[in-house]
Amino acid sequence: MSNIIVKSPTTSKSALGKISHGSSWLGLVGAAMCVMWLLVAIFGPWLAPHPVGEVVSDNIFDSLSAAYPLGTDYLGRDMLSRIMVGARFTVGLALVAAVLASTLGTSCALLSVVSPKWLDELISRLMDAFISIPSKMLALIMVSAFGSSVTLLICTAVLSYAPGAFRIARSMAVNIEALEYVQVARTRGERRLYIACVEILPNILNPVLTDLGLRFGFIVLLLSGMSFLGLGVQPPDADLGSLVRENIGGLNQGAPAIVIPALAIGTLTIGVNLFIDRLSSRRSRRSGGH
Amino acid sequence: MNSTTLWLICRRLGAAVLTLFIVSMVVFAITAVLPGDAAQQSLGQFATPEQVAALRLKMGLDQPGVLRYLHWLMNLLSGDMGQSVSNAMPVIDLMAGRVPNTLMLAAATALVSVPVALMLGIGSAMGRGGRIDGFLSFFTLTMVAVPEFLVATLAVLIFAVNLGWLSALSYASDITSPWQFIRTYALPVMTLCCVIVAQMSRMTRAAVIDQLDSPYVEMARLKGVSKTRIVLRHALPNAIGPIANAIALSLSYLLGGVVIVETIFNYPGIASLMVDAVTNRDMALVQACTMLFCTAYLTLVLIADLCAILSNPRLRNQ
Repeated sequence: MSNIIVKSPTTSKSALGKISHGSSWLGLVGAAMCVMWLLVAIFGPWLAPHPVGEVVSDNIFDSLSAAYPLGTDYLGRDMLSRIMVGARFTVGLALVAAVLASTLGTSCALLSVVSPKWLDELISRLMDAFISIPSKMLALIMVSAFGSSVTLLICTAVLSYAPGAFRIARSMAVNIEALEYVQVARTRGERRLYIACVEILPNILNPVLTDLGLRFGFIVLLLSGMSFLGLGVQPPDADLGSLVRENIGGLNQGAPAIVIPALAIGTLTIGVNLFIDRLSSRRSRRSGGH
Repeated sequence: MNSTTLWLICRRLGAAVLTLFIVSMVVFAITAVLPGDAAQQSLGQFATPEQVAALRLKMGLDQPGVLRYLHWLMNLLSGDMGQSVSNAMPVIDLMAGRVPNTLMLAAATALVSVPVALMLGIGSAMGRGGRIDGFLSFFTLTMVAVPEFLVATLAVLIFAVNLGWLSALSYASDITSPWQFIRTYALPVMTLCCVIVAQMSRMTRAAVIDQLDSPYVEMARLKGVSKTRIVLRHALPNAIGPIANAIALSLSYLLGGVVIVETIFNYPGIASLMVDAVTNRDMALVQACTMLFCTAYLTLVLIADLCAILSNPRLRNQ
């Protein structure tokens, strides 16, 4: 019973996305920003005007110019090229981690809904324990124990965000599971796998995908935060968070090399949030909410 | 307070202790059991098997993981958190010097963010659907999504570099006057507040709107009560529980934000101590800091849940 009264941090976090009424053009702007960053992540490394590690200018922390549209960094490398390559790390890692986290969370949720009660209880308790470790703390102890690598960062993000996906998917799946047509399927003698994948999954897929988008945003913030601390993507590779870190010396001069990567992360996560917010507010209106 | 509520509270407290217990197991497993042989690691790959065996014996690694965990837990509970390898000091002394600084930062942030967030949240709930509400909703949605270091960088650029009002670095030690206090704390607190105010005001708005949609508010509106009075006298008292819940939950986001903020402003708090410990792989210090943060987080979530239980009139009046 207390499950209904006691609100979890994660469910209320994702409920944030639903209480809004942004006008539709904001959603479009958000979608455009997402598409732009996706394109940069896919094609950026080929389109970059200079090799990513090459020192091209004698001026460090140069301001915007025709030759170097986004200025130069602390060694005199071209910022535009570095951002185009860094975006692939940021977007790619977060996308892989978000898809894995959502898949793992949703699969466990479906499994626990069609399973016997003891297994359901076991999975739920385990997920609850992982949800009680703040994602940054989990990331910090994982890095301190295993050292930082791309695989480890993805594992950490999945461990931090799968439990949230599990909770949301489970709460929806439990409701669907109680409906008559699922009961009919069960009486008909369908197997558990069939009930989970054919009867329940299609009906929770939309909210699960929306949740995946939100999780992608959180993971971008987590991973670039770790890189900013010097504990994420390691040199010579650099994601957008590492770019902010390595150019922190330019802060006193107001160099674009530090502001632009930070703004880049901001536009990516803001774009995702605006887009997701629009999607979920439209759905709640269609389903008779406000 | 009746027996149902009391029972729920006891159950919730029990669950919190159990969760903390499981969390400590997870933390110990990740930091001390999974990464392999600490003795081998510290001696390097050229050590003779005898040297490794001797160090393993000295570090107690020859015992099974469960025993080591129980030993560690007992020490932790009695306040002995081990020795910090990189600082050659007891962990507890290192932490004792830093905790007050972080608490100061957290308190200043809470003091600023709670009133601002409540005003914004209640204000936008009152003007629901209007222009101010639309703007605030966009603004808070944006702030929730922005990384702390973007806010920090822009704040330093504007207030420290361009305007020169504040110093970019914080030193908590040399504070003698209130003016110095403001100069030191303004930027870190501002950065932390941005995200937290956004979270809190969105949840507050949702809580108040939830009440405004209920039949008793419609009744009040029909009998001609003014809008301000409806919100302040009718809706707010009923929304206190959800709002307290929102405040506690939002403050728990401080724990993540403070890691970035203390690093960027070079603030001598517990989170920057932990980041250093992670960089130096100083395990005893990492374990102690993690347990401290997780306990603080669980406590805030617990407070949020207790507010929700205590404010539920169906439970109170049974």
